[in-house]
Amino acid sequence: MNGPEPLIFEMSQPGTTGFTLPEPGIDEIDPADHIPGKFLRSHLPLPSVAEVDVVRHFTRLSRKNHAIDVGFYPLGSCTMKYNPKVNEDMARLPGFAALHPYQPESTVQGALALMKDLEYALCEITGMDAFTLQPAAGAHGELTGLLLIKAYHDRKKNKKTKILIPDAGHGTNPASAAQCGYEVVTIKSDAQGGVDLEDLKAHLGPEVAGLMLTNPNTLGLFEPNVEKIAELIHGVDGLLYYDGANLNAIMGWTRPGDMGFDVMHVNVHKTFSTPHGGGGPGAGPVGVKKHLEPFLPCPRIAYDGKKYKLITKAKGSIGTMRTFVGSFGVLVRAYTYITQLGAEGLKEASSHAVLNANYLMARLKKHFLLPYDRFCKHEFVLSGKPQAAKGVKTLDIAKRLLDYGFHAPTVYFPLIVEEAIMIEPTETESKKTLDAFVEALEKILQEIETNPELVKTAPHTTPVGRLDEALAARKPDINFFQRPAG
Amino acid sequence: MSSYVPNTALQVKEMLATIGVGSIDELFAEIPAGVRLNRPLCLPKGLSEPETVRKITDLADQNISTQEAVCFLGGGMYDHYIPAAINHLLLRGDFYTAYTPYQAEISQGTLQAIYEFQSLMCALTGMDQANASMYEGGTALAEAVAMAQTQTGRHRVLLPETVHPEYRQVTESVMPSLGARLATVPMEDGVTDLARLNEMLDDQTAAVVVQYPNFFGRIEELDEISAAAKRVGAMLIVVANPLALGLLTPPAEFGADIVCGEGQPLGIPMSFGGPSLGFLAAKTALLRKMPGRIAGCTRDVRNQRGFVLTLQAREQHIRREKATSNICTNQALMALSATIYLSLLGEQGIRAVARQCFQKAHYLRRELEKVPGVSFPFTGPFYHEFVVKIPQAKKVLDRMAKEGVFAGIALQRWYPSLSDCVLVAVTEKRTVEEMNLYCQLLGGLLA
Repeated sequence: MNGPEPLIFEMSQPGTTGFTLPEPGIDEIDPADHIPGKFLRSHLPLPSVAEVDVVRHFTRLSRKNHAIDVGFYPLGSCTMKYNPKVNEDMARLPGFAALHPYQPESTVQGALALMKDLEYALCEITGMDAFTLQPAAGAHGELTGLLLIKAYHDRKKNKKTKILIPDAGHGTNPASAAQCGYEVVTIKSDAQGGVDLEDLKAHLGPEVAGLMLTNPNTLGLFEPNVEKIAELIHGVDGLLYYDGANLNAIMGWTRPGDMGFDVMHVNVHKTFSTPHGGGGPGAGPVGVKKHLEPFLPCPRIAYDGKKYKLITKAKGSIGTMRTFVGSFGVLVRAYTYITQLGAEGLKEASSHAVLNANYLMARLKKHFLLPYDRFCKHEFVLSGKPQAAKGVKTLDIAKRLLDYGFHAPTVYFPLIVEEAIMIEPTETESKKTLDAFVEALEKILQEIETNPELVKTAPHTTPVGRLDEALAARKPDINFFQRPAG
Repeated sequence: MSSYVPNTALQVKEMLATIGVGSIDELFAEIPAGVRLNRPLCLPKGLSEPETVRKITDLADQNISTQEAVCFLGGGMYDHYIPAAINHLLLRGDFYTAYTPYQAEISQGTLQAIYEFQSLMCALTGMDQANASMYEGGTALAEAVAMAQTQTGRHRVLLPETVHPEYRQVTESVMPSLGARLATVPMEDGVTDLARLNEMLDDQTAAVVVQYPNFFGRIEELDEISAAAKRVGAMLIVVANPLALGLLTPPAEFGADIVCGEGQPLGIPMSFGGPSLGFLAAKTALLRKMPGRIAGCTRDVRNQRGFVLTLQAREQHIRREKATSNICTNQALMALSATIYLSLLGEQGIRAVARQCFQKAHYLRRELEKVPGVSFPFTGPFYHEFVVKIPQAKKVLDRMAKEGVFAGIALQRWYPSLSDCVLVAVTEKRTVEEMNLYCQLLGGLLA
């Protein structure tokens, strides 16, 4: 497992193949008689590998990964909860997986019913009035939500140029706002880790289109002044955007819609257990209050009591955010999860996510600096400043954790905490696992005292050691066919 | 009901004691009374796994899938055969339950697979570099347009009518807020009207978009469109079907600056439209303008080959509002599907599939010529999709669907002038019997 794996191109044996087609069964014609020669391909540098070798190659590659199915994955802000296997089976039912997006509506009534029911469930969980399931990911949801905000202001002929974002916000927030053409204004956090109300007031004005907020925020702290914030933003006819990345903390306890948010996205690959897939696919459904519903993107799903229908054009709609209805296969998984948990299960999930986080925080706060010592929600942020003062950085501790079989927490985020260590255990981990994680960190702290080099040069047991990122950026080698010399 | 919480009541008690509270409720005490939900969520009671499976399977059974009906639908998503090995590998938990490979030392599997994916997309398109994936075809085009704008400092973008209507809609919905001015180039005989294109090009044009093969399956005059774009210093963005590139000359050879598109034909189920796979490849000059993740090869401290996410200074988690794009989560697992598909099929297999698609589409079109009443609005070279005009098309399509044949997509929805015109796609999966059935049914209905 620890040996280097050749690239698929290095395994190529011209003449072999991993797949055979049946004979076409028709009289073949010469493509050159029908397509001008300049359009017919000559060189095609794809590898030639037998099926068994392809399967072994990717199986060996998979074994070089850490994953939820392998071990604890306390990556803050990412909600790496267990991905139930039944979700995978349901998404692969031929009645879902083998549907073409342009089939006659009468042949996809089950799929549309599932989506409509999921929209309803998301409305109830979040307190919003309507949902679109179109967006393909959280950031895509943000872009959708911001275009809705823009459409709202355009309709009212409001001159709005700025989006306010707390300094603890996710990087996608300012990036999405910029993509909508808004100027981004950063709002400071106060000493308790919430939005600094004075700084917020100082930046309020008629040009403010809205505020993007994660609640609980990226420090894992519930924003106690959320009602006041909503009042202030609405006072300048701004809209409040809820970044749903941390929804796993509050299901059944409170709802963004009740907190005063006008528009939000949900990361189903976080809260609703759809797998992260090594970086995707996700889905980022967007929910809105009544006053934004007319602007939702198309297609929308309508039900007349008998039949489901796709509405592909609507006056006032911001248009369409992607091709086809959405990442349907991902939505099937989320729907399966919500069906299985039901109302009480969802609340239990959030309750235990918060319990697990507070337990870990209680056990770890004596070892690290805890910049905001309040009950956290689903995650919390420590600072490795005391260890850094001894010459061992947070990054080193993170890397040493890999040797103990754990994924590292999120590090150096949020940006407002020095040497940040952001831990999100999720509800699907047992006390036993959490205890083992604490013990590993305690051992590492001992190592910092007795043998700091061991930590500073970690990891030692992984398939590769620390990688030269500077070299990768200086001499980009990103395409096997055009590798830099040397 | 299961919420997948493993802790026992006793463990919960111990944990609460360590925290120093008497109940979980106390951990939520700071939520202000005014925003608390003081009632249970109004959702059905949770179900056991067997009940869940029954309920969801019932919904699936209400659909008629392309395993029950014969699928001649295309328009950006196609019914290709998916080799069994792909699903088995995708179901390895080490792949699908991993996150974005931020900790490179324990993510080499994902990172190397991304590197291989990027290289394979370069091999197909002929471009210098590709990223780790985009959401899907339409959003990939929108990002390509944004790249061309930043690179050229110009804002006018020409989008021919022959580009997928939904790709154009996505671009029109997303891009104007970045200052893009989009103009539609009309078509002539199912391809971009070159004379009109030349008139519309000016020194403010950032890019010309062309789909290859286009929405109607037609092969556009890429060399002439490219030359026209270059004359005014505009970029050429090619939206390509990657599987068609098993037969067709790679866009790079016609001078494409950016190639993007939908990777679903590469071993990904149609799943009613997603999740699928956007891809984006470009010339080296555009490297620092690329959106999204890129994996690079480097060395580790033990001097072994290894892979990392690289050139991250373009990305939102570093650059925030100055990032090249807001994309974070992409379609990594679907890119892995495509990587496995291309590895299994290899040069021989990809050429063979692309060729059979071409052959079978041309067979069906020849056979349809014999059906009295049908006609063909467009002439000229096509790949595996073509347009046929059928009297009372909507009615006929409905009737054929009832007989178990999804015979094509009515185009009037997007092209009012193409009433009664139907877009028909034929993949390697269709058999001669299925194609003959198509003609028979149609002949019967028109007789």
